[in-house]
Amino acid sequence: MLRETWYTLIDFVRTFGALQLFFLRLLINAPTIILRRSGLVIKQVYNAGALSLVIIMVCGLFVGGVLGLQGYSNLSKFNAEDSVGTFAAFSLLKELGPVITALLFAGRAGTALASEIGLMKATDQLSAMEMMAINPLRRVLVPRFLGGVISMPFLAAIFSVVGLFGAHIVAVNLLGVDPGAFWQQMQSTLDISDINEGIIKSFVFGVVASLLAVWEGYNAVPTAEGVSRATTRTVVITAIAVLIIDFMITASFI
Amino acid sequence: MIDSSKGLIEIRDLDYSRGHREIFKGLNISIERGKVTAIMGPSGTGKTTLLRLITRQLVPDNGTILVDGIDIAKLNQRDLYKLRRRFGMLFQNGALLTDINVFENVAFPLREHTRLPNRLIRHVVLTKLHAVGLRGAADMMPAELSGGMARRVALARAMVMDPDILIYDEPFVGLDPISMGVIVRLVRRMNDALGISSILVSHDVQEIATVSDCSYLISDGKVAASGSPDELSNTSSELVRQFMHGMADGPVAFHFAAPNYAEQLLGRDVE
Repeated sequence: MLRETWYTLIDFVRTFGALQLFFLRLLINAPTIILRRSGLVIKQVYNAGALSLVIIMVCGLFVGGVLGLQGYSNLSKFNAEDSVGTFAAFSLLKELGPVITALLFAGRAGTALASEIGLMKATDQLSAMEMMAINPLRRVLVPRFLGGVISMPFLAAIFSVVGLFGAHIVAVNLLGVDPGAFWQQMQSTLDISDINEGIIKSFVFGVVASLLAVWEGYNAVPTAEGVSRATTRTVVITAIAVLIIDFMITASFI
Repeated sequence: MIDSSKGLIEIRDLDYSRGHREIFKGLNISIERGKVTAIMGPSGTGKTTLLRLITRQLVPDNGTILVDGIDIAKLNQRDLYKLRRRFGMLFQNGALLTDINVFENVAFPLREHTRLPNRLIRHVVLTKLHAVGLRGAADMMPAELSGGMARRVALARAMVMDPDILIYDEPFVGLDPISMGVIVRLVRRMNDALGISSILVSHDVQEIATVSDCSYLISDGKVAASGSPDELSNTSSELVRQFMHGMADGPVAFHFAAPNYAEQLLGRDVE
């Protein structure tokens, strides 16, 4: 039992070390790809970002709607229903926007990345590139990683904006909160540091979610079962990592 | 036996294991320049593994692999990629990139390694596709191709950079007789006309006899026999005769190691 725990610990440390080296290799190659192969990155921004827009906007709208409802029903107990805009803005910009976007990104784009790369490996496409003297890390992994990193802050921003729109519809249009109070309170209470916190979080989550997706795909066992396990692991590990890192960043801002 | 002292590719005392299973034990092979060399052997002898070792997709446990006198184990990534530009490899399953069409698959190495104008790339790609009979399939996606067609496209891609060494992993599997005949002739003609060297892994004894200059038969991690197709056909070695003539009985067992059949059916092996 003790030996098994020891081996598991060693295995974890080894994997974590390998993941860091992999991250470094992505970072080292990133500038060249951005400068010389921007077309590849743009294509991946489209795949990871543009194709995730619908799910992000729909979820953002309903999360904002729920915030409008919850905010109104709870704040009205203290006659503070005019603050529902502030409540929604704080929740969305600082927490829900970046976190839910990262979780949705892991489910939509992360799984797509991991399974695509895993299948490329299983069908020898990555080996074929190696044999054509084309580095798959530069040609396949770096553009996909960058695509995710670039997309995430924009997706989180769109999520928050649509969420505010959802909160506005529910609180102002349906529940009768004064629109002037809704926006004015938000404007006077929100600080630029609150927005920065959200931007930093979404950027870090973008790095984490994209890194884990390409890592899991690249290291997938090249079989149908291996690829499916890598895809599942991408979602699970990203969700855990995002929530832990969210706590750490939030703590550092307080 | 072929003299393995000098050649384009020299494999010396190669050992390679996967897990606890020894694939090669002291393997020695010499691939001669300008020749078509066939690597044959029963299933599971590590023929594809050998190709991956030659191209350093895998690293041997012991022994050396020299390509043009260069020990490939000592190359850094830049030099390895430089060397690999001299190789063209046809994978067993084709390994076409599934998100781009046939034309772009063949053009892929040209676009990555050269700055040729599109017109010239189009010309080269169509020439190579015409050689494998698939010029008409240029706009098709890999998912729309049959296994044999995919392998022919992969062959066009393997030769698009005009390599010095062409490596074929099971090139004849899944081809209809007409395509098979064309590809066999193409392999031979390219080798002779372009002065390249070819390494061919295959089970198809008849086709290998037609196309190869010399063959190595690998069994049990070593070279069991080598020579020209005629020499192998007329050998007295039981193993070679069994393989060349496809006989069920002989030194190579058809069945993988297993407990006694009757005992297992009666469930006594688990008692």
